[in-house]
Amino acid sequence: MENAIRIKDLNVFAGKTQILKNINVEIPKNEITVILGPSGCGKTTLLKCMNRLTDLYPELKVSGEILINDKNIFAPGADISKLRQSMGLLSQRPYPLPMTIYNNIAYALKLRGIRGRRKQHVLVMDYLKQANLYDEVRKRLREPASRLSIGQQQRLCLARGLAVNPDIILADEPTSALDPISSRFIDEKFQEIKPHFTIVVVTHVLRQARRIADNVIFMYMGEVVEQGPAKDFFENPQEEKTKSYLEGMFN
Amino acid sequence: MYLLNRQQRHVVNYSWMLFSLLIIAFLPFMLFGGLYFKSFLLLKSYTLKDLIFSHSWHPSRGEFGFYPFILGSVWVTLLAILISTPICLLTAINVTQYAKKRFLRIMHPVIDILAGIPSVVYGVWGILVIVPFISRYLGPWFGVQTMGYSILAGALVLSVMIIPFILNIMIEIFRTIPTELKEATLSLGATKWQMVKHVLLRKALPGIIASVGFGLARAFGETMAVLMVVGNVIKVPHSVFDPGYTLPALIANNYGEVLSIPQYDSALMFAALLLLVVSLFFNLLMHFFIARYNKY
Repeated sequence: MENAIRIKDLNVFAGKTQILKNINVEIPKNEITVILGPSGCGKTTLLKCMNRLTDLYPELKVSGEILINDKNIFAPGADISKLRQSMGLLSQRPYPLPMTIYNNIAYALKLRGIRGRRKQHVLVMDYLKQANLYDEVRKRLREPASRLSIGQQQRLCLARGLAVNPDIILADEPTSALDPISSRFIDEKFQEIKPHFTIVVVTHVLRQARRIADNVIFMYMGEVVEQGPAKDFFENPQEEKTKSYLEGMFN
Repeated sequence: MYLLNRQQRHVVNYSWMLFSLLIIAFLPFMLFGGLYFKSFLLLKSYTLKDLIFSHSWHPSRGEFGFYPFILGSVWVTLLAILISTPICLLTAINVTQYAKKRFLRIMHPVIDILAGIPSVVYGVWGILVIVPFISRYLGPWFGVQTMGYSILAGALVLSVMIIPFILNIMIEIFRTIPTELKEATLSLGATKWQMVKHVLLRKALPGIIASVGFGLARAFGETMAVLMVVGNVIKVPHSVFDPGYTLPALIANNYGEVLSIPQYDSALMFAALLLLVVSLFFNLLMHFFIARYNKY
């Protein structure tokens, strides 16, 4: 199995507290990898390291290596914008850009280098359909995106994330703020597009992990406790901590 | 025990609150009404058009043309806003998005100090620094003979005075933009500058307009510092190097000597009324723009 992302000896400090301890992880290509663990265990920080959003937090000190396509993203001179463009991000709550529904996607296309109104228009419609949003917003494309419901906004963010044509999709509890129908759609969408993307999903919901995961990385207190294929992880966990988490001992 | 039962106390307390609320709500109307009443003597004998658009100001001959003052005020104010807005905007973006956190901690007291300096001090600084600078360097550089006491001097002093007010609001606005929005934008592959230009500025636009409106209102009413450097010549200014006269300066300079001419007193009240109306107009305009751009 080919690996899309390899993380070597990753450590993250916030001041004197260590948030991530010696993370060594491999994330296989074209599969769904779930980062599972209780709140505050460093899942989100690990995710944000992958597209270097940690740069936005000056208090975080990151050391180690993250190899994507065998290139270390922390190497000096790495093109961060390009790196981030190769990864779509779906965050916990949707953050539509302060623009119209249409322009939210068109802006992503523009950043990807697609000019020309015709071409953009066709693609915007296409991505809206992919995110199952087209029928709902067909008549209000020029309205501000903030007027959509949360579920619709999250699907818009998914469409926007796909529009930059990434290889990897990073999702940080993407369904935690959504209604059941929207969240089921997102889960199903991940399954559907999996052959073309490497998908990393952060969650603390066991049920969701069981439903969608091909691989699981289980974290606790800033450490990776156990990682491996979902089948092995759920049916035959090796570590004590994993067992008790699966039994619902702590959350 | 209490004199009144709970229900009665509720009624009493509520009435007091309502009373205070009404006083505050009616304060602008009371001000407006008072000024209108006082300037009625003038408005009775002249048409509004004459007062606003006439150039000649000779109270002893009964000529009251406010045009030079209105124009002087508008020039000084707009020029000051034009100078300070871009400076504040760039500073706010820099301090909140680019600079180290330490910088913001230094900036806050600096802004507070600037905001707390009395306007007379700004005026003196204007006379000692800005006025000679204009007459010796800036004027000759543009090929203009000038004393230095000019619209430009007033605008420069004023622009420094309003910087802390505008900057404070702008910093707050950029600081409160959620990090997640920035993450979302950057994750699309935007560079930092693209993020600032396309997303943050747009998100901040209503607040930016509000801060400029706030600065505008303050600048338009500023009296002392402008009065000291603007020249106080009753003439319609034709260039920024010309001296001018502002509405607040007109009131402040002449209030002591109004008794001899009956309509003079009324004229100064009318000047105050004009100030109030123009500030109100700016205010409404800002609210219009804020509502217009607040949809995102």
